[in-house]
Amino acid sequence: MSEKLLQKDRPAERLYNGLVRENPTFVLMLGMCPTLAVTTSAVNGLGMGLTTTAVLMLSNLMISCLRRVIPERVRIPAFIVIIASFVTMVELLLEAYIPSLDKSLGMYIPLIVVNCIILGRAESYAYSHPPVASFFDGLGMGLGFAFALTCIGAVREVLGAGSLFGCELFPESFTPISIFGLAPGAFFVLAGLTALQNVLRGRGRGEKASSDAPSLPEGCVQSCEACGIAGCPGHGTFYDVDGKKQTTGRGGTEDEELTIIELGEEDK
Amino acid sequence: MNERKNMLHVSSNPHIRSASSTSGIMMAVVLSLLPAAGYGIYHFGPRAIAVIGVTVAAAVITEWLFGLCRKKTTITDLSAVVTGLLLALNLPVGLPLWMAGLGAVFAILVAKMLFGGLGQNFMNPALAGRCFLLISFPKQMADFTTEAVRLGGLSWDACTGATPLAALKAGESVNVMDMIVGRTGGTIGETSVIALAAGACFLLLLGIIDLKVPGSYLISFIIFTGIFGGRGFDPVYLAAQLSGGGLMLGAFFMATDYVTRPVTPKGQYLFGIFLGIMTGIFRIFGPGAEGVSYAIILGNLLVPLIEKVTVPTAFGCRKGGKPYEK
Repeated sequence: MSEKLLQKDRPAERLYNGLVRENPTFVLMLGMCPTLAVTTSAVNGLGMGLTTTAVLMLSNLMISCLRRVIPERVRIPAFIVIIASFVTMVELLLEAYIPSLDKSLGMYIPLIVVNCIILGRAESYAYSHPPVASFFDGLGMGLGFAFALTCIGAVREVLGAGSLFGCELFPESFTPISIFGLAPGAFFVLAGLTALQNVLRGRGRGEKASSDAPSLPEGCVQSCEACGIAGCPGHGTFYDVDGKKQTTGRGGTEDEELTIIELGEEDK
Repeated sequence: MNERKNMLHVSSNPHIRSASSTSGIMMAVVLSLLPAAGYGIYHFGPRAIAVIGVTVAAAVITEWLFGLCRKKTTITDLSAVVTGLLLALNLPVGLPLWMAGLGAVFAILVAKMLFGGLGQNFMNPALAGRCFLLISFPKQMADFTTEAVRLGGLSWDACTGATPLAALKAGESVNVMDMIVGRTGGTIGETSVIALAAGACFLLLLGIIDLKVPGSYLISFIIFTGIFGGRGFDPVYLAAQLSGGGLMLGAFFMATDYVTRPVTPKGQYLFGIFLGIMTGIFRIFGPGAEGVSYAIILGNLLVPLIEKVTVPTAFGCRKGGKPYEK
């Protein structure tokens, strides 16, 4: 890919970032609750992923447009109101047009409101970036989430039920390994695919990158952009995934302590 | 040469070493399991050999392949053989062979090697494999009435049909003598108390295991079943509960696993008592008749906590770990 296409905050770079570099499921490990709960089949995973994508794109766009209007102190409630409106819309649409999917996803559709990917992107990206970039950030992150959920769902469906997207793959005599349809199987598959992803990425980057790149500040697991927790001492400077230091306008302030608590709680 | 003999041997500590080695201990465990395995083969017929062969081979090959990837071979410590053999003894003889192999692969790959290999696994690999199969194939794992059982060379009426524990749970009477000898249905290695006791005595005499965990396990189990079992301390009922299912196999061969039991003596008693109570709860109040595997696995998960509360006071320290002030 050309340098120009992947310049920071260009649409293509945002898509690549969400799908691969900071894939919300396999790299950031966000939104684990729907990831583990709904991926019993590939269709469910895809449905959940696309629903989240729709909400994520629209909420990112809206929050980015309103970022100069929303006061810093009440931004989290404002984000929640925006996200909840979009989730309600999507939920009603699903109920009207794809009732079967709505039924199989059940409770997890309204729970998209507190999905940490959406709130995380709002806080860490949309609130400080222009609308177009934010929209594509939401699209990339959403597609990355949908891709990951579909992969997990497909593996679990093949092993746990012997079918893929509802089509039977094996003859009648095949006994599916039903643990993969249950909760433990979700953890096995998620861990396995994450490991695979790490192997593939590790090969692509090579050893040179890992030894040359400056390491992230102590205590940080992800880049600042990804972690979304404001108010940490290093927050005045951004570290991206490769550990490169980048400066940004927004520094940690006192009342950002609030964010930490709220981000922690929404994961429940 | 003579000069060399007279030279003092200078080395850093430790200076007191034990002659025992991992492979030696594992070999002893394999030997101690042979009576049970032998009786299983005699009782259930040649198919038992196939099940044992498949699980042992799958376990060893998995460990070998993982070793190839990591460029470090660990199959010579024989722990994979023990895992495979223990798993086979925990399976019904009629289980499809590919399922038995899958269980062994899971046991070695997921429960043991991915956590760092022997010594790092937080859960008994053989039991992890068994529970994986129990959850994945509940029907096949509870099927003790297959053709394969009846093909066992000689015919017994007792070896088809429900396991004695299931009969006991249904309120039927069981023949305790048959259970002690092993003329009942069940998994390959769990039926004969005599064969298991012989193996356990061998390990006890060699000092490889001691009675802390099995003793407290069995005693707490007896007390719990006596109180809550609904039949009081009826000796026949208690004997049947003790010799039925995987209790003997679990208590002497799996709960005593060095890696997944607590290190401290106090912790080992606590661990045993916990296992006894959990087994009792699973057997009496649970939907199934058996609960040894889940009880031991749950106990394994609690080991770090148990060890945390049973840290012994070090020499020269007061209780709580603080040294005496001068």
